[in-house]
Amino acid sequence: MMIDRETRKRLIVAVANRVIASADELTDLDRAIGDGDHGTNMRRGFEAVLAAADELSAKSLSESLKGLGTTLVMKVGGASGPLYGTLFMSLGKTLADEVSLEQVADAVAAAIDAVKARGKSEAGQKTMLDVFFPVLAVLREGGGDFPARLRAAARLAAENTVPMKAIRGRASFLGERSIGHMDPGARSSELIVDAVADVMEGCA
Amino acid sequence: MNENVGIVIVSHSADVARGTAMMVEQMVGHEVPLGWCGGDPDGGLGTNVEAIMAAIDKAWSEKGVAILVDLGGAETNSEMAIEMLPDARRGRVVVCNAPVVEGAVMAATEAASGATLEAVRRTAEELTPV
Repeated sequence: MMIDRETRKRLIVAVANRVIASADELTDLDRAIGDGDHGTNMRRGFEAVLAAADELSAKSLSESLKGLGTTLVMKVGGASGPLYGTLFMSLGKTLADEVSLEQVADAVAAAIDAVKARGKSEAGQKTMLDVFFPVLAVLREGGGDFPARLRAAARLAAENTVPMKAIRGRASFLGERSIGHMDPGARSSELIVDAVADVMEGCA
Repeated sequence: MNENVGIVIVSHSADVARGTAMMVEQMVGHEVPLGWCGGDPDGGLGTNVEAIMAAIDKAWSEKGVAILVDLGGAETNSEMAIEMLPDARRGRVVVCNAPVVEGAVMAATEAASGATLEAVRRTAEELTPV
């Protein structure tokens, strides 16, 4: 598939708007088990991304992803800045404008590794990674009705963080008390995947 | 020139960072290059890569810079800031696994004696229970 300038712009705008629109919900989730700033931080980061959407999408997919990542690193102001920044910068390392599904899956796998290293975390620790592993599995499967399955996998994965006990991040200070709440980072990752699925279906 | 290892203090709170820096200065005066920062880009609680990079620059020493951090985001953002430094500097900045206030004072005292970056880090990390 070809991810041209217009598609890049639609992706950037859809993802940024989805995160910004859900900022209060993310903050509420983070207030339950973290330091209550995830929504505010992500809103600040993605408002900067939105403001740069034209400039970013005018570049190649690789450069626009790197630019998006750098913007998040500089603007978010919490651990999620380097984590999401690393995710997007890593995706930008390999993806060309013309990409196959397999190349996207490989890039997501590499991005997951980069986020694991940045956050010193693994699957099952109640983090954003718990969404990206199942998303990667769907990407590897391929097949029909792809955006819908991507969306469903991300939704289920975020819900699956509810019974998990946090091992990393501020929520880990709560230990057992982190159980019973959705991880805010998993939710923001789900929102990002959902917005990408919308664009793939042509409705955003 | 008798240059010492620089110390950078990164807290979620600008007040904690500034207060810690004052305690360090009380111990070692101005013998150790010192930088500090706290707060997110809007001035709320948090940490911010750009400010950390500026603090590293302020505390820069050819012998290297040791960073003391408080909570997780400060560590993650400091590691990110290190990665974004020019190649010539990147390998000479470390994040110490130590409590921020005690670590900064101990690290600065060690640095003031002319110790290497590794010795400064080790001294700060002796405070961390294993």
